Amino acid sequence: MDFLQNLDPSVQFVLFSIVKIAVVFGVTMSFVAYSVLVERKVSAWIQDRVGPNRTAPPAAQFIPILGPFLTRLGIFQPAADGLKFLLKEDFTPSYVRLAYFWLAPAIAVIPAFMTLAVIPFGSTLGNPGNKMVIADLDVGILYTFGIVSLGVYGIVLAGYAANSKYPFLGGIRSTAQMISYEIAMGMSVVSVFLLVGDLNLSKVIEYQAHGGWLVFKQPLAFVIFLVAAFAETNRLPFDLPESESELVGGYHTEYSSMKFALFFLGEYANMIASSAMMVTLFFGGWTLPFIGEPASGLLGGLLHIGIFVAKMVVFMVMFIWVRWMFPRFRYDQLMDLGWRRFIPLALANILVTALVVAFVNR
Amino acid sequence: MPELQDILFYAFAGLTLLCGFLCVANPLSRNPVTSAMFLVLTIISMAGLYVLLHAFFLAAVQVLVYAGAVMVLFLFVIMLLDLREEERRKLNGAAVGIGAIAVGTIAGILTRALWHAQPLAKVAAAEGATRSLGRILFTQYLLPFEVLSILLLVAMVGVILLSRKELK
Repeated sequence: MDFLQNLDPSVQFVLFSIVKIAVVFGVTMSFVAYSVLVERKVSAWIQDRVGPNRTAPPAAQFIPILGPFLTRLGIFQPAADGLKFLLKEDFTPSYVRLAYFWLAPAIAVIPAFMTLAVIPFGSTLGNPGNKMVIADLDVGILYTFGIVSLGVYGIVLAGYAANSKYPFLGGIRSTAQMISYEIAMGMSVVSVFLLVGDLNLSKVIEYQAHGGWLVFKQPLAFVIFLVAAFAETNRLPFDLPESESELVGGYHTEYSSMKFALFFLGEYANMIASSAMMVTLFFGGWTLPFIGEPASGLLGGLLHIGIFVAKMVVFMVMFIWVRWMFPRFRYDQLMDLGWRRFIPLALANILVTALVVAFVNR
Repeated sequence: MPELQDILFYAFAGLTLLCGFLCVANPLSRNPVTSAMFLVLTIISMAGLYVLLHAFFLAAVQVLVYAGAVMVLFLFVIMLLDLREEERRKLNGAAVGIGAIAVGTIAGILTRALWHAQPLAKVAAAEGATRSLGRILFTQYLLPFEVLSILLLVAMVGVILLSRKELK
């Protein structure tokens, strides 16, 4: 590792950044693949089924005990799913608006990954200067909200590009839904930052390491953020943009093969991003009540990353669990909940927090 | 060799101008959705310019508010219109004239304002840009800030009143 230390600091920075980006991207992609498997398994267990338990490469049966066990767990299923998406016929209906039809899946995926850039997924690794966050922005949370708000274009344009009525209705629904819940989400976070006094996500974690997790100080903000996250990721009970019982497949009705897979990927990457956001904002990020100081060595750094990922997995499982436990909301109920319940509640929460910060904490 | 900052500035400035032009006068398409998408690109490249000026807060808010919220609502409305009629519409001479006058006036005001502007950014370095922006907004520029807030509130009340089905 000596030659790394001798390099120019800016070259070092670029190198480390590239490595971090590659690793985060790779880990997120495999997370996506396996959360699809978890989704299928959990849904199967909830509905008293077995779930995927057959798929395996031919070589797997020659491994004693472990091979059949892994096959029953469905460990090889994501590979088969991915291959299927790649190899299926990519059908383009003749009536679509081609430019948008091609653009929409890309626009749906890219913001989901871009939000991950500001999330501190660990303290430090190796030397103290090597922070485990791709971009330690001072306006971290605003960046996240800005990028998340761009994600809606993927869905809207998909609905528009398809040039047929069901995707169109899905796209229209998603615009209204995303805008409404973005406001609630943004307002719920304001009270968090009133307490922390900084927009930088690393500072939020620093605050929680000393002052306790914010979920205990801002439970209302957390609940609003959580529900809004479900709405922003288009997950049940808020998956009205695709609600298959009325809109066939919603905005992705006309898509097939890899283009469809990209919407799928975007949805799961969004789930990962919002889980990571919730862990960072409300559950102390990589800290535990007794582990708060940045790691000094390699092992401690890896432990912190492990803590972060473990917390994130809990949220992912909850996302999946909720999907199979609750029926879908009606559209007017969704709007009512967003505008007439959450936004006033979030505003009241901001007011109370501001008063507490102004009169008690000073 | 030119600095990376300069290259990025020319790239973003070029993109802003190009997308802005394509937004109002696209030779290939008269589709309002395309125009709206080019406006989104214009806004995002302007955010890039703000980043180059180290105005991170402004850049983030620009993307969040204009690209992420205002333009999404624009699209929402455009999609509910009859687009075919919109695409067939011919240019109107009087409208072009009035538009040119409006553009000229705004350009004049902006040039004059830029000419006399004093940079304010010096205070930012000590305590972070966002914090100092908030401080300035609530001390030096408190009155304009509050007046703007009231203006927005009035607009909001007006919209709610207009969107009621029957006016009593």
